Amino acid sequence: MAASGAYRSWGGTVRAGHEARMPADPRAAARLVGTLGPRRAIAYGAGRSYGDVALNPGGLLIDTRRLDRFIAFDREAGLLTCEAGVRLADILAVTARPDADGSGWMLPVVPGTRFVTVGGAIANDVHGKNAHLRGSFGCHVASLELARSDGARLVCSPTQNADLFAATLGGLGLTGLILSATIRLRRVSGLALESEEIRFDRLDDFFTLDAESAEAWEYTAAWIDCLASGAGLGRGIYLRSRHLPGAAAPPPARSPRLSVPLTPPRSLVGNLSVKAFNALYWRKLGSAVSRRTVAPYEKTFFPLDAIGHWNRFYGPSGFFQFQCVVPPGDGGQVTTALLDAIARSKQGSMLVVLKRFGEIASPGLLSFPMPGISLALDFPNSGPATLDLLARLEDIVARAGGRIYPAKDSTMSAETFAKGYPALSAFRGFIDPAFSSAFARRVGILHADAMEPGS
Amino acid sequence: MSAPARRIAVFGATSDMASAFARRAAEEGARLVLLARDEEGLERIAADLSVRGALEVRTRVADFADPDALKEAAEAAWSAFDGLDVALIAYGSLPDQTALQGDLAGTEAALFLNFVSPAVVAGALAERFEAQRAGSIAVITSVAGDRGRQSNYIYGAAKGGLQRFLEGLRHRLHPAGVQVLDVRPGFVATKMTAHLAQSGPLWATPDKVAADMARALGTRRAVLYTPWFWWIIMSVVRLLPRPLFHRSKL
Repeated sequence: MAASGAYRSWGGTVRAGHEARMPADPRAAARLVGTLGPRRAIAYGAGRSYGDVALNPGGLLIDTRRLDRFIAFDREAGLLTCEAGVRLADILAVTARPDADGSGWMLPVVPGTRFVTVGGAIANDVHGKNAHLRGSFGCHVASLELARSDGARLVCSPTQNADLFAATLGGLGLTGLILSATIRLRRVSGLALESEEIRFDRLDDFFTLDAESAEAWEYTAAWIDCLASGAGLGRGIYLRSRHLPGAAAPPPARSPRLSVPLTPPRSLVGNLSVKAFNALYWRKLGSAVSRRTVAPYEKTFFPLDAIGHWNRFYGPSGFFQFQCVVPPGDGGQVTTALLDAIARSKQGSMLVVLKRFGEIASPGLLSFPMPGISLALDFPNSGPATLDLLARLEDIVARAGGRIYPAKDSTMSAETFAKGYPALSAFRGFIDPAFSSAFARRVGILHADAMEPGS
Repeated sequence: MSAPARRIAVFGATSDMASAFARRAAEEGARLVLLARDEEGLERIAADLSVRGALEVRTRVADFADPDALKEAAEAAWSAFDGLDVALIAYGSLPDQTALQGDLAGTEAALFLNFVSPAVVAGALAERFEAQRAGSIAVITSVAGDRGRQSNYIYGAAKGGLQRFLEGLRHRLHPAGVQVLDVRPGFVATKMTAHLAQSGPLWATPDKVAADMARALGTRRAVLYTPWFWWIIMSVVRLLPRPLFHRSKL
């Protein structure tokens, strides 16, 4: 299927015409990969990566949206096999239907949006609010099938082609085209969540709350008021949730009910709206210090999915996302330094999320999650000032021995990438020579001129 | 889960509009019999529908370009679940008009697959539906059947002929209470139209068409333009005075 045209990153800061192919089924996709010809390719799924990991200007895109079939679901064992273009929203709709007692199968790990494909979730080894207990998405992939440019279709799992499997989890699509995967779902005794939101006044209190919540609460994260400085630096609202036995919840809708129909000529997210949002969010609990609710999981897991194409609010210049993780030892100080740099820059962020990752090892060579403290933010693209801030944040992270999340990155340097991902040289051995991406060239996974196979 | 599971046959089940329709039916717990030429494609869709919640899925390989296969295919579909509530005939081809001009065999094949074949299948099913005195026959034609245009008149003639056939069949089956739905999609982003640009406000997704079809079956409509605005577009095209029409590139 013809699909060529303008493809853009979710953040909207990268926009490029691409020649694209949209294979109709896995057979056609494998054939395409086996006959790629002179240009390198990268898979493009639901288009929710913020930066350039799924873009390949000058090369080819393999649009996987038609690889959208389920293959098998073992309702006893909770093993789901589907093609790579199936979205997590579709998996939830089909498998996470509550039984009479409220229990059901649940995706073991979900990122902040359900509108991503399985292939994308694997290639970016995404994580969720339960990363401290369940690890990353890749921890729950039983096996996958990979199409390589030499014509091979390889089944990869922890026991079969295990090295290639580890390279493909979090491998940013560079090891070949993921055709399908088998995911281990998790049985929960209640699909609905009980949640508590607790206001805290200082960053130290985040660590106290997190220490006392980590075992008993599966899903934890905190929103930080990024405009607070001085004594209030690092204040925010801690959110902890867990499945409530016996409480049923239907699967969330497969597409948002509301959507932003077009990109306004100017960003609607300015300093004023960021200030207003942060001020209101800080006061969302009113005079109470905490609040307990029982509700379906979509508001907790997928707050941004309520409005389709919300990225358009940021106007034609788009926005930058930034997410890092820094080692736990001096996590508090480094987080303070990051928040301080943001507060000084006066470049506000709507949504600042702080989350502690646990000790569970990520299975991929280039997986992002590692033990430590993770901070995620977004900034409207205000040109050089925003780029300056991102460079300062990158510098703080690199010095602290941390790493930046490729799926959200648009600006990281090759040096920072190599430092943050020590398995890079091992990874290079598994790259399929017919694959490339803008990200891979930018951060030096591939040579900057790697447009043609073998170059 | 109070109503009995609907029994649905899909002829040309690997087509995008048909499989989008089948998905919706599967999620409501329908029993489906799928017919198409491509065995591997059929198995792929059958597995998908089973995971999505279909109560039962059967497949049958059938080549609708083969005149000898048609009656048998219709019989097999009918007997799979001992009767049908809905039969959707969705196969077809979009031939290249210029390539077919002067090509007798190609023209004949295009007319057969897009007109004769679905008419024969619908006719064979009609006997059964008439005796059952209930159910729906839905056939995907095209807005291209509404007026002969220089750019696409062999395909348009086949679809237009099919529209007339369905009109007559509807007339015949009306006393028996059997619905005959003529589905006329406009531009739909499918495998069949993959060589076109598939972008712009006139293009619809297969799922949009499937949703419209499901609704039209529920309301027992006769003719469905999908998306709806094609009714306006085609009314204008049909009413365009010939001197103007002849100067257009339509």
